[in-house]
Amino acid sequence: MCSYILEKAALVGSAKGRKGWMRIDTANVYFDHPYHSTLDHVLAIDFTNEGEGGRDRVAVELSADSARALVDRILAALASGEAAHVTVPAAAAATR
Amino acid sequence: MSYYQGLQAEVVPFRGHNGDQGEAYYARPTRAGKFPGVVVIHHIPGWCEWTTEVARKLAHHGYAAIAPHLYFREGKPGEAPDDLGARVRAAGGVADAQVMGDVAGAMAHLRAQPNATGKIGVIGFCSGGRHTYLAACTLKGIDAAVDCWGGNVIVDNPKDLNDKRPVAPIDLTEKMSCPLLGIFGNDDGNPTADQVNRTEAVLKKLGKNYEFHRYDGAGHAFFDWRRDGYRPSQASDGWRRVFDFFGRHLAASASSVAAE
Repeated sequence: MCSYILEKAALVGSAKGRKGWMRIDTANVYFDHPYHSTLDHVLAIDFTNEGEGGRDRVAVELSADSARALVDRILAALASGEAAHVTVPAAAAATR
Repeated sequence: MSYYQGLQAEVVPFRGHNGDQGEAYYARPTRAGKFPGVVVIHHIPGWCEWTTEVARKLAHHGYAAIAPHLYFREGKPGEAPDDLGARVRAAGGVADAQVMGDVAGAMAHLRAQPNATGKIGVIGFCSGGRHTYLAACTLKGIDAAVDCWGGNVIVDNPKDLNDKRPVAPIDLTEKMSCPLLGIFGNDDGNPTADQVNRTEAVLKKLGKNYEFHRYDGAGHAFFDWRRDGYRPSQASDGWRRVFDFFGRHLAASASSVAAE
């Protein structure tokens, strides 16, 4: 049966949903039966702005394996991106 | 008279818990006559399209079926049910007392129809199966109940009880007042085969009128053709059991169409 087990992550960011772009402050994350996917269980994330009532959301339903792969790619993108961008200003400043 | 009969399906208002007005999907045969009613209780993800298909299937077999939208309070009519389901999930789910009030309201709606026989069944899937078990133990006037793979009827960890779900349904079994049909997949993780066995042991010990059917090679929600877990052979036999059960307890003459 489905469960109400839910993980909440506080976020700073934006997402594009049904009404266009919106600020988001929360990701509700759970592993449960899906609404749309044909999989028996999915890793689902609802990106919302609970500070504004949480009525709109951007939703994804992912297989467990692809969700884990996504976590890896997010971390990889952060590592390479922060290396490229966060350190660039200092390096650029040194060459000026 | 044609072998197949017509049906009508639409969204109707109904009065739920505390007299709150919500909406429900209502499907019934269009031919002349009186029909038993069935309340269809949806699963946690929400008032989904498959739930409406179940209501139409019941109407096709001679029942007036109503599927109340248990999350209507979270939004406005016309909002996507899955979005309302997400809000309910974020809020920790719906309270058992509220669901029982909504089911009672749906039953009253069925009984108020001029073509009602007065016999009422309840069928629920997943969390709706658990709600069905609760309804069979706490609501008056149910003539037959079908629990399809309802989990958490047995609560092994007391920490899983809370203000919204304060009592394990199994602890209310003594009050069960109608026949119960249980449909389960032996590969299901919730309820597990062991939990189903323990539930059956309690029903047996208390002398309740029940029948359980367990299916090998099937897990959770194996009736749902949209899911990879759909098992056509097991689902076909399960539906046959459902209509046989409702036929015996609600309306021996309701069905004009053989279960397929």
